[in-house]
Amino acid sequence: MNASEEYEIMIGNHAAAYACKGAKVQVVAAYPITPQSPVVEKISYFIESGELNARMVRVESEQSALVACVAASATGVRTYTATSSHGLMLMYEILCWAAGNRLPIVMNIATRAVGAPWSVWTDHQDAFTVRDTGWLQMFCEDNQEIYDTNLQAFRIAEDPCVYVPTLVSYDGYILSHTFMPVRLEPQSRIDDFIPPLKHHLNLGDMNVVKGVCPVTTPHVVKREEGTAPGYYEFRYSLQRAMEHSIEKVVEVHDLFAEKFGRSYGNGIYKAYKMEDADIVIFAVGSVASESRLVIDKLRAKGIKIGLISLKLFRPFPAKHLREVFKDIKTVVVFDRDVGYGYEGILFTELKSALYQLKNRPFIKGYIVGLGGRDVKADDLINGVLRTIELEKKNEYVEQTEFIGLKLDELDFLKKGGKVENGR
Amino acid sequence: MTEEKDYQKILASVQKPVEGEAGKTGSWSTIKPKINLDKCIVAKMEKNVCHFCWLYCPEPIITRTIPPRILYDYCKGCGICVEVCPHKAIEMVEESEL
Ligand code: SF4
Ligand code: SF4
Repeated sequence: MNASEEYEIMIGNHAAAYACKGAKVQVVAAYPITPQSPVVEKISYFIESGELNARMVRVESEQSALVACVAASATGVRTYTATSSHGLMLMYEILCWAAGNRLPIVMNIATRAVGAPWSVWTDHQDAFTVRDTGWLQMFCEDNQEIYDTNLQAFRIAEDPCVYVPTLVSYDGYILSHTFMPVRLEPQSRIDDFIPPLKHHLNLGDMNVVKGVCPVTTPHVVKREEGTAPGYYEFRYSLQRAMEHSIEKVVEVHDLFAEKFGRSYGNGIYKAYKMEDADIVIFAVGSVASESRLVIDKLRAKGIKIGLISLKLFRPFPAKHLREVFKDIKTVVVFDRDVGYGYEGILFTELKSALYQLKNRPFIKGYIVGLGGRDVKADDLINGVLRTIELEKKNEYVEQTEFIGLKLDELDFLKKGGKVENGR
Repeated sequence: MTEEKDYQKILASVQKPVEGEAGKTGSWSTIKPKINLDKCIVAKMEKNVCHFCWLYCPEPIITRTIPPRILYDYCKGCGICVEVCPHKAIEMVEESEL
């Protein structure tokens, strides 16, 4: 077999679908939304053609989709869904239920801006908005990584040391609809890699009775039927499981690399030209991909710059990032999202992680590419150069800075300009 | 095998309703469900063939027995059993008519 035969050319959404087929998901429930829809369309094709033995549950909304997944997962089966933007927002409540019940559901997000105004293009606002629901969260930079990360996600989420639902995000259109070569692994090798699900729950079995009281109280309840933890104990447990899951993420990533010969940094972040770097760009997904070009261009100018492309966003790998940044002079964070009223979300997260360092780097954040605005290498370069200047003056800028804004093209902003339709 | 940690043991909050969880709810209402054993299919066939009332009662104080019985001390009179009975064997009556 020659090299070209081992690869198939496909869009990111289909790479996600092929991973689900490889993982032999048993129940899929989803509602169509741009730019995610081709994932589930492909999965339903697999089911109809008999290539995948699974049930596709058709529902009337994303909220119902995730409710169906929660119910299915609670009967002990491998469960998957995918969504974007408003679909994810509609799922918010159920995200909390899935995590709170430690259901190892895997979900893909083809990232997309959240309205208003209406937009179908990418940014990372949707994924970051569900930060605190208790899902593991990973980001991808290419279609092969989507396929590989999804395969790992099932194994991580279902590990008895973890049992936490897992989100795998990739940029809408930039990956979801872009054709790239993807190497698909033989079924037998995937079966070896992902053991059958051993769920902690099987509500299908009426004889297994666990809890005792219909409402989880603030206190521990002791009755003849047994002892039930309070709400507090359940939530403590979720946080502990998240904290410890970092070890599993690394372990599963390393196992995958050993078995399939492909790795993504250390499974937590991907370092690019970091060996002698004293300036570092910190970003995820499409922004990280674009930054690779920036690194090459700036290195050609003699600037010792590197990239940390964050792969694991939740649990946030603070300890690992402190290790990376402890000897770094300057950090530039590019956020394709805003924590409205404060600043970029990645920027906040990284600063918080680095607070423990004795010698903290100079760190500056920028907003880029909201709602699919093109993120150009030159724009990012300007951000890096500006940061270097600010650092020299040791100047801190209070206001959030947006790169690639085109306010100058809005005539009505000019003196005497008329306010037009679409203001 | 390493010992399981607490976060591996405290997992889903799977709850089963238990009798009298909310105290003696029998005082909440003046009308109560009454099973007409001539109509109840379980009572007539002397077999576990229905028990919808047992399954749906939120308290849960209808017994899964032949015939089903209602523990009135905890019956809050919600009438769900009346609604779900496929044989219309249950009706709400004044407490004095029980
Ligand atoms: S009225 Fe409500 S509480 Fe009483 S037995 Fe019927 S279902 Fe149960
Ligand atoms: S639901 Fe009606 S028919 Fe069925 S067991 Fe209860 S009383 Fe009898």
